[in-house]
Amino acid sequence: MNFGFGALSQERIVFILAALLFAAFALFVDGFASAANLLSLVRGVSVLGILGIGMALVVIGRGINLSLVATMAISVAWTLSLIASMQGAVIPMLIGIAFAIAIGIVAGVLIAYVEIPALFATLAMGTLIYGIGRFKLIDLDIVYVPENAGWMKIFGAVQVFDIPTPVLYFVAIAAVASLGLRYTKIGKFIYAQGDNLVAARITGIPVRPLIVLQYVASSLIGFAAGIITAASVASMNTRIVNSTLIYDVILVVVLGGVGLSGGKGGIRNVIVGTLLIGVLLNGMTILDVQYTAQNVIKSTILLVALVVDSFLNPRDEQVAQQGDI
Amino acid sequence: MKRLITMLLLGMLALAGDLSHGISRAAADDSGLTPEQLAMLKGKTVAFVPLSMGFDLTEGWSAMTRKQLEPLGINWVIRDPNWSTDAGAQAISTLIANKVDVLVVHNPDVQSYARLLKKAQDAGIYVVQVNMQSAAHTDAFVGGNFVEIGESDANLMVAKCGGGKGSSNKIAIVQGVLTAAASIERMQGINNVLSKHPEIEVVSNQAGDWDASKSRAITDTVLKQHPDLCGVIDFWDGAAMGSGAAIREAGKQDQVTLVTAGGGEQSACDNVSNGTFTVIDISDVRTQSDDIAKSVEKVLLAKQPAGADKQILYTPLVTASKETMRPDTCWSLKDYKTN
Repeated sequence: MNFGFGALSQERIVFILAALLFAAFALFVDGFASAANLLSLVRGVSVLGILGIGMALVVIGRGINLSLVATMAISVAWTLSLIASMQGAVIPMLIGIAFAIAIGIVAGVLIAYVEIPALFATLAMGTLIYGIGRFKLIDLDIVYVPENAGWMKIFGAVQVFDIPTPVLYFVAIAAVASLGLRYTKIGKFIYAQGDNLVAARITGIPVRPLIVLQYVASSLIGFAAGIITAASVASMNTRIVNSTLIYDVILVVVLGGVGLSGGKGGIRNVIVGTLLIGVLLNGMTILDVQYTAQNVIKSTILLVALVVDSFLNPRDEQVAQQGDI
Repeated sequence: MKRLITMLLLGMLALAGDLSHGISRAAADDSGLTPEQLAMLKGKTVAFVPLSMGFDLTEGWSAMTRKQLEPLGINWVIRDPNWSTDAGAQAISTLIANKVDVLVVHNPDVQSYARLLKKAQDAGIYVVQVNMQSAAHTDAFVGGNFVEIGESDANLMVAKCGGGKGSSNKIAIVQGVLTAAASIERMQGINNVLSKHPEIEVVSNQAGDWDASKSRAITDTVLKQHPDLCGVIDFWDGAAMGSGAAIREAGKQDQVTLVTAGGGEQSACDNVSNGTFTVIDISDVRTQSDDIAKSVEKVLLAKQPAGADKQILYTPLVTASKETMRPDTCWSLKDYKTN
C-alpha cells in the first residue's frame, strides 16, 4: 500500500534535510549565506565528493573499494617524491597514474577472476598499498610539494573566475561520471551487474572485465582526488590512510542513496550526501563548535536521516538478501 | 681509588654534556669514556617505541641517537606501533619480557603507557621518555616544554595583533586533537598570556586532527567570516601547511601572522623562507637526540637501580623567522640516515 510517501526516496530525504539545515544556518548564522562562504563550503568537501564518486562507481556495481584512500595517498605521495628526485613533472605524474591503474587492475582481478569478495580484497589491498608505500616508495609520511612543482597549484590552490579549482574539478568529474553511467553502454552494464550479477552474465554482459574496469576507474579518481589535496595544502599526508576518511567516503555514498546492494542511485546521490556533510561542517566551524561535539552532531543528524528513510522505505527482505558483498 | 676516579669521570661527563650541545660523537675513541665504561656499555640493548616511524621527529631521533650509541657497542632496536596504542603497549610488554636494558618511549598520551613504564622500571629496565611525559615519571624525560611554546605563540600574537598594531585584534587557533596532552599544555601556555591581554580576541578555536586539509578548511572558513583576521596559531607544522595555504590563497600573507611549531626538519625552514609560516617554534630534534643519547649513557653507567633518579631535560626553544634563520637552524634527515 502506497501511503503517498513513495516519492520520498532516501536521496530526497537527505536533500530536504540539507536544505532545511542550509536555511537554518542561513537565517541564524551571520555570514553563512555569502557567496564566498558557500564556495568555501563546497571547496572544503570537494575532495570528499570526488572520492565519493570513485566509490559510487564500484558500489553501484555491487562492489566496494576500501583501498581508495590508500591508493590516493600513496600514489600521490610517490609522485611528489619522484618530482623532487627526478626534477621533472610529466614522468612522475605518469608513474603515479600507472601505479593507480595497476592497483585498480590487481584489485579488480582478485575480485572478478579469483572471486574474493570485494570487502576483503580491497581491505587487504589497502594495507598492502600502504605497506609498500611506507617501506619502499617514500621516506616520511608527509611528502611536501617540491619547490620545482609550483605548476601544481592549478589543481588546488588558485581560483578561476573566483571559483576555487577543486570545486571545478569536482563538478567536472561528477559530470563525466554521471553522463558515463547514464548514457553509455558500459554505464548500463554496471547497473545491470549491480542489480543481478548472474543474470547480467547469462545475458552476455562481460562482467569480469567490467569489474576490473570499475576498480581502475575508481583508482584513477582516487589519484585525481590526491593531486587536488596535495595542491591545496602543498603536501600529502599519508597518515590519512589510518584515519576515518574512508568511512566518510562510504557515508556520503550510502547517505545520498546509493544502496550497498548495488544497481541503484547515481552521481547526484553522492553530490547530495556530500553537500549535507559540507553544510554541517561549514556551519559548525563558523559557530566554533568543537571537533568532538561536531562528530556527535554530525552522526546524530545522519542517523536521523537513515532512520526516517527506513520508516518511509522499508527494506524488502527478499530483494535485499540476494548476493554477497 | 677506582671508585673515586669513576665518580670524577661521571661528573666530568655530566659537565661535558651540559656544555657540548650539538656536538655529535663520531667514534668511540673520542667518546671521553674509559675502557671500563666502554665495557659496561658494550652489548647493551636500547629499544625505541615511537608513536610511529615515518615522520620527521621519530625518524630524526632514531637516526641521530643511533649514530651516537652504536659506536659505543650499544644495540638500538625499534618497535614501530604505526599509530596504534594497543600495538605500542604490546611492544613494551614484549620488550619487558625480553629484558632490554633501556626503553626509549614516545607516549601517545599521558595515561596509556603509565602502568607499563612503572612495570618496566620495577623489572630493572631504565626508561627514557621522549616528547610527551607520562603520568608515570621515569629515569629521564627529553622534550619540548609545551607550556613555554604556547606562551611564546601567544606573546607573538600580542606583539603583532595587540594595541592596534595589526589589521585587528582577532586571532584563530587550530589545535591537533583536544585531548592530547600537547594540545592541552599548549593551550595552558596560550591562556597564561591571553588572560593578561584581554584585548586579543580568539574568534575560532577548533581541532584540526593534526591534518593539513582540515587546518586549511578551518582557516579558509574563518578568513571568510573575519576578513580582518590578524593571526593564526596552528599547533603543528605539518598541519599548518594547510592554514598557510588558505592564507596564501586569500592573498593575506602580509596581513595574517601564522605561528606553528615542530622539530626543525628542513621543510620547516623552507616554509618560513617561502612565507607559508611567519614564525616556527623549534624544539630541535638534534638537541633532543643528544639528550636521549646522554641519558642512556648516564643510566647505564650510574650503577643505580631503575627509577632511583629522575631527570627532566626540556629542549631549549628556538624561534625561527625570516629575520632570525641561519643556515643551521634546521636539519635534513638525509644527512643522518644511513639505512
